[in-house]
Amino acid sequence: MDEALLRALTPTVIAILGRRGADFAAAEDAVQDALLEAVRVWPDDPPRDPRGWLVTAAWRKFLDAVRADTSRRHREVRVDSEPAPGPAGAVDDTLQLYFLCAHPSLTPASAVALTLRAVGGLTTRQIAQAYLVPEATMAQRISRAKRTVSEVRFDRPGDVATVLRVLYLVFNEGYSGDVDLAAEAIRLTRRLAAAIPHEEVAGLLALMLLHHARRPARTGADGGLVPLAEQDRGRWDTRLIAEGVDVLQAALARDRLGEFQAQAAVAALHADARTAAETDWVQIVEWYDELVRLTGSPVARLNRAVAVGEADGPRAGLAALAALDPNLPRYTAVAAYLHERDGDPVTAARLYAEAARSAPNLAERDHLTRRAARLNLDIRRRGAVRPGPAGSGTG
Amino acid sequence: MAKYLLLKHYRGGPAALNDVPMDQWTPGEVSDHIQFMRDWAARLEGTGEFVDGQALSPEGTFVRYDGEGRPPVTDGPFAETKDLIAGWMIIDVESYERALEVAGELSAAPGAGGKPIHEWLELRPFLAEPPTITE
Repeated sequence: MDEALLRALTPTVIAILGRRGADFAAAEDAVQDALLEAVRVWPDDPPRDPRGWLVTAAWRKFLDAVRADTSRRHREVRVDSEPAPGPAGAVDDTLQLYFLCAHPSLTPASAVALTLRAVGGLTTRQIAQAYLVPEATMAQRISRAKRTVSEVRFDRPGDVATVLRVLYLVFNEGYSGDVDLAAEAIRLTRRLAAAIPHEEVAGLLALMLLHHARRPARTGADGGLVPLAEQDRGRWDTRLIAEGVDVLQAALARDRLGEFQAQAAVAALHADARTAAETDWVQIVEWYDELVRLTGSPVARLNRAVAVGEADGPRAGLAALAALDPNLPRYTAVAAYLHERDGDPVTAARLYAEAARSAPNLAERDHLTRRAARLNLDIRRRGAVRPGPAGSGTG
Repeated sequence: MAKYLLLKHYRGGPAALNDVPMDQWTPGEVSDHIQFMRDWAARLEGTGEFVDGQALSPEGTFVRYDGEGRPPVTDGPFAETKDLIAGWMIIDVESYERALEVAGELSAAPGAGGKPIHEWLELRPFLAEPPTITE
């Protein structure tokens, strides 16, 4: 059973049904039904022509659905049972699906779910498992999304930025259970990059590859998060890094910088350092300056403060931090880190504990709690609580 | 998307505005209340935002480990326990604002006199999975 092939064929078959006159919602349903049948039938009876098999099965499902619907409404079937080839779209049909599934009228979560089903070829059950919700809930989310885009005309390319945001979300969020969402996001972004030469598509692909390369080193034996500086760089995937750097360099050569390229450039500089101490923080600060200029994002400013702390010393980092809103997520964690680097374990331990209480996820909370615990142990072992340097009592 | 736990309290939260005990309502008002809760859950199922929900018995037991080879010790229920949870719902929504909106709708469930209870509901975010990209 070649599940990867099934997934890869999904958007193609939806597009073929679309050319034969099926609307998107009906075509998508029919292909999903055909996929489920393939999963059932193929292991015992593998088809010689998987794509032809899927098209035939999906078209039959589509006709069945139309007939059932029509007999319910006592109306004539308007679709011929012998399919006409239909005119080819002006733009690549699969590409159209990306735009449709990421349509700005959809909420991000709906766009993610619809993309994973119609472009990614995942089943509703797999998507539900990846986001830890019941299958019925995910089915509703998807069918509402399809209703929302049902009025969208299917003949013009949309805004590639909306597609990139959806793919970024698939990569960055979600519970990796049965389905590897990060690998899925990379596959879909790779396919998009092959369909359109766009520097930010390449930038996002590079960003994903460079982060995915570090995945084996991100988690320790105890399941806890390992911060970048402490990762065993020998476990980074050099093949993915090489590919990511190549993709990024080709994108940067087009001289149209965007936020994903800038983020990927930061990741590439980390990947380039054989040890944490060799990291080129000065260049990283420059890339964060670009990122702040491009997006104005407070998260980029926060990350910039960390980089400044490494490039110019923790006092400079704390000064950069002081200009930011203390309510930003992870602000306190960054302040704790910079105070630790500044040789003030008492303040750092207090701030790590405070940051742990407001951590947005369990892995970060555990990590911050351990750092606070380790500093507190050091402080106790030294026997006396030494007050921190003047003026650094708060974040 | 973010998951939230909505907690309904038998006691422990601030008093509702329409704070009449359920056994003082008319049977029709009780039925209307239950129907309202069902409709609320059905609506969230329809929007793809409902994850789960259960009502809890008011009587519970405290349990703790009591050492190797010994059965767990039980205690309670404690009449004086201040905080008593009546039930919970888990929702998966786009934003904190949407979670507030949904909780506000549930708090409008009708009580005595068919008027909204204005019950206080506790909203607790789940600790999510860590993102891949943090730098």
